[in-house]
Amino acid sequence: MVPVSRRVLVTALLVVLVRILADPASSLAQNRSIILSTTTSTQDSGLLDVLVPRFEREAGIEVKVIAVGTGAALKMAASGNADVVLVHAPESERVYVESRDLVEGRLVMHNDFLIVGPSDDPAGVRQQRALPSVMRAIAAKSTFISRGDQSGTHSAELSLWTAAGINPATLNRREETGQGMGATLNVADQKRAYTLTDRGTYLAQRKRLTLVPLFQGDTSLRNVYHVYAVNPAKHPKAKLAEARQFIAFFVSPAIQQAIGAFKRDEYGESLFFPDALR
Amino acid sequence: MDPGTLAISLRTLAISGAATVLSIAIGVPIGYVLAWRRFRGRTILLGIVNTGMGMPPVVVGLVVWLLLVRSGPFGVFELIYTAPAMVIAQFLLATPIVIGFATASFQSMNPRIVDLLRVLGAGRLRRVWILAREARLGLMTAVMAAFGAIVSEVGASMIVGGNLERSTRVLTTAIVTETSRGEVERALSLGVVLFALSLAVNITLTVVQQRSRH
Repeated sequence: MVPVSRRVLVTALLVVLVRILADPASSLAQNRSIILSTTTSTQDSGLLDVLVPRFEREAGIEVKVIAVGTGAALKMAASGNADVVLVHAPESERVYVESRDLVEGRLVMHNDFLIVGPSDDPAGVRQQRALPSVMRAIAAKSTFISRGDQSGTHSAELSLWTAAGINPATLNRREETGQGMGATLNVADQKRAYTLTDRGTYLAQRKRLTLVPLFQGDTSLRNVYHVYAVNPAKHPKAKLAEARQFIAFFVSPAIQQAIGAFKRDEYGESLFFPDALR
Repeated sequence: MDPGTLAISLRTLAISGAATVLSIAIGVPIGYVLAWRRFRGRTILLGIVNTGMGMPPVVVGLVVWLLLVRSGPFGVFELIYTAPAMVIAQFLLATPIVIGFATASFQSMNPRIVDLLRVLGAGRLRRVWILAREARLGLMTAVMAAFGAIVSEVGASMIVGGNLERSTRVLTTAIVTETSRGEVERALSLGVVLFALSLAVNITLTVVQQRSRH
């Protein structure tokens, strides 16, 4: 009795397993797929969780999203290990556009950076009128937590220090986490420190943070996103046709509208501002 | 070796070393009790310890994080994202390993030796000391297993330490950072340093272990 029922069980299990493996819907292997290399802050905002499945449904192309720092995302694309990139570091992007590793770039959208810090604002950032004096006030009185991961946010932070005439390496109370925006906000929050964050990640995590926005709205705090295809002339395995479809999708009127509306109801303000159609 | 790598290596050694020493101090006496005493629930306790030997570091890290953040029960101490927080997490990971190995090495000894020591009038502390000396082969293995587990662990260190460049970045978390930055060569060379560090510690401990056999 027992051996028989066990054999039945094993057979049933095998049948189920084979069915799962053979089910065309659960195996995307034979479908077309592309690799999107992008930044952790883009991933953390949740925007891709809405747009990527929609693209996969509409285009029938699977997207493998690899979220790393901007430096790594660009390097990954420039070494032919991705098909399409979505990044926000125009200065670094230019290098790869000039070397023709990245082609057919389009402006997609922007969001912006905020200087956030403890609500009692020990460095007196609220009283400052311009970014250089904000950075000098923080350098003089408080701890600053940096991403330190060569991300777009990290390079934006470094250029803020440079503009303020400060060499960040000389600051004793500036710490680098080497981690993503979410983890870095946590560290700044726990250490009652200041940090530079993109609005999207901040709003998404605002509920459990005591940090408040202390300086915003300056044009140099703008975070501009471009999408590029990897050039198959330099990297033969790059899938240009699929990448073109992906880019066309991102700049299409319907998706541009969806980008502007993303989480607007939840936060009472837009996280991203569509730019492709302007 | 550049100064940054040296600082990270020394910090790694200090944090994992401190956690190992603490776990020996707590784990060996507990192993002694589990090996020689008979009490209700002992087997279940041993089962729990054996499970603890394979605890996922990220889960331990998450629990320690929840305990130490400012809003957590031990938040007033402001330990989160400091080296002591990492020692605590690594201590929790190492202790079950030490207890498990210590219990096994005490149990592999002839049980009559305890009775003999008692008859000879040795006090409890003295008995633990003498038996620990007798069991040192196994106990040294406990030290190496515990140190090896926590020095190579990344999840808990990342969560409770925060990977701060000048205070809590250790070799494993630095490797994660360099990899996500795309600095694969630097990540790999840090991996080589980690391996060399482990090798140096283990060879030293093995020399001590084997010499004391005679």
